[in-house]
Amino acid sequence: MKKYTYTEKKDTRSGFGAGLLEVGQKNDKVVALCADLIGSLKMDAFIKEFPERFFQIGIAEANMMGIAAGLTIGGKIPYTGTFANFSTGRVYDQIRQSIAYSDKNVKICASHAGLTLGEDGATHQILEDIGMMKMLPGMVVINPCDYNQTKAATIAIADHHGPVYLRFGRPAVPVFTDPDQKFEIGKAWMVNEGTDVSIFATGHMVWKAIEAGEKLAEAGISAEIINIHTIKPLDEAAVLKSVAKTGCVVTAEEHNRYGGLGDSIAQVLTRNNPVPQEYVAVNDSFGESGTPDQLMKKYGLDTEDIINAVNRVIKRK
Amino acid sequence: MTPDIDKLTKIASQVRRDILRMVHACQSGHPGGSLGCTDYLVALYFHTLKHNTKFDMDGSGEDLFFLSNGHISPVWYSVLARSGYFEVSELATFRKINTRLQGHPTTHENLPGIRVASGSLGQGMSVAIGAAIAKKLNNDNRLVFSLHGDGELQEGQTWEAAMYASHNKIDNLISTIDVNGQQIDGPTDVILSLGNLRSKWEAFGWEVLEMSGNDMADVVRVLELAISKTFKGKPIMILMQTMMGNGVDFMMHTHKWHGSAPNDDQLALALGQLEETLGDY
Repeated sequence: MKKYTYTEKKDTRSGFGAGLLEVGQKNDKVVALCADLIGSLKMDAFIKEFPERFFQIGIAEANMMGIAAGLTIGGKIPYTGTFANFSTGRVYDQIRQSIAYSDKNVKICASHAGLTLGEDGATHQILEDIGMMKMLPGMVVINPCDYNQTKAATIAIADHHGPVYLRFGRPAVPVFTDPDQKFEIGKAWMVNEGTDVSIFATGHMVWKAIEAGEKLAEAGISAEIINIHTIKPLDEAAVLKSVAKTGCVVTAEEHNRYGGLGDSIAQVLTRNNPVPQEYVAVNDSFGESGTPDQLMKKYGLDTEDIINAVNRVIKRK
Repeated sequence: MTPDIDKLTKIASQVRRDILRMVHACQSGHPGGSLGCTDYLVALYFHTLKHNTKFDMDGSGEDLFFLSNGHISPVWYSVLARSGYFEVSELATFRKINTRLQGHPTTHENLPGIRVASGSLGQGMSVAIGAAIAKKLNNDNRLVFSLHGDGELQEGQTWEAAMYASHNKIDNLISTIDVNGQQIDGPTDVILSLGNLRSKWEAFGWEVLEMSGNDMADVVRVLELAISKTFKGKPIMILMQTMMGNGVDFMMHTHKWHGSAPNDDQLALALGQLEETLGDY
């Protein structure tokens, strides 16, 4: 079993900011738009270096999505930045018609996703965004796990032609992936091989899955941990290969249990190899105010919840 | 170039025939607004726009047009076909299974001339602004045109776009509103009044022009006037007065033909009022 350590904690949104600057330097077609949340999205460095390629839209997300669609006509690669809530639910129809159905090369970059937005509460804590975005034909949905992976994903999506939803978050979380990693859209990342259970985790839940794996190992359970950073297109081959070995599944996501990663995995299992699965996800509720740690604990998204789910699912084998 | 108003008027007559025959053939679609906007679209595509019928999505070095009120697709499809983007015979497939001429315009079927899907209202001005910004970034001094319904102004996104365009001096954009005073459920003044549109758009910082949208000479004149006002720091809005159903007597002065098709007898009656100038498809 590989041992993962970290020396610092950083927010994934800062990975986005760093990636945006770097992809801007590499590709002069990249432009950025923001709906009055420059500081929260960490877009300052890009704006400082490329002021003529940045567009402050104001508090008008629908207009931002339309302008982004228009910018692609003329060859630009627009990255929109706002909170995940305002990047999806607020502008679903704009994304659907002007971006997805129109096959526009827009990168929808969404910060403060999920419960870990914290104190602002449920109005801002979207837990439905993965579901909404993955239902759109042609939309790529990515939820990286740490600063380095978010940075790598931000850079990589410029080379994919078509709409992308890139989801990341607010809190500082352990940085444990390779700073020089190559990010491949749709290619699951084997975090740790194991034989007793497959844990498919995405976003902030990957680190918690690693913590759970260590505790499970102490109890004699060998967990295979796979980072599903791309929820769509899903790496079905990786899922099936792992399940063929372990025979049971736990999925872990900072999202409603309906419509997220768990359901995507369940669909693959149902069609190919129906084995027991347990969900670690929000149980169809809205969030509330609190610190990220308090909320993850209260809503069942903690390391202990993964361990409990593993114990339940192994009994069902 | 001096426009030949007579020639444009003859094209418009044929386009109106196309609209009625397309809508009749599939017994669905929106003839009223299509007929009202025919003169504008004919003037645009056969006189005003610098465009290439060999379609390129990016449209570098070309003027671009965006239709925000996508339900008037029949008039746009006819004008695109008649100006050479695709064969006029394809108009017969409008709204039928496996067609590129979807009920509302889409890029999804690769129909030449369409750059974004529209139909869900209120989105087109934002897209047009984005395309206008891209032109500026690319040092492309051609223009972007867009058309919107008046009822469509009830969608709030329009006003987000309006605010953005003036604040950011999007002065390579000429938007037009089809002011026909009608929407599906009745007159706009009854459903949700638009108030004084000139005052509204001026207050939003736009250069506002007015046009008689069913007078070909005036359409050509005002479009040229609008072009003369580009690159002066303000987006340009043309308030275009039209008559829904224009060209067919029984389709005017009512909102009844917003989204309904004529039957065989009504089609014959309507076609009798419109000269076949370029040959029916």
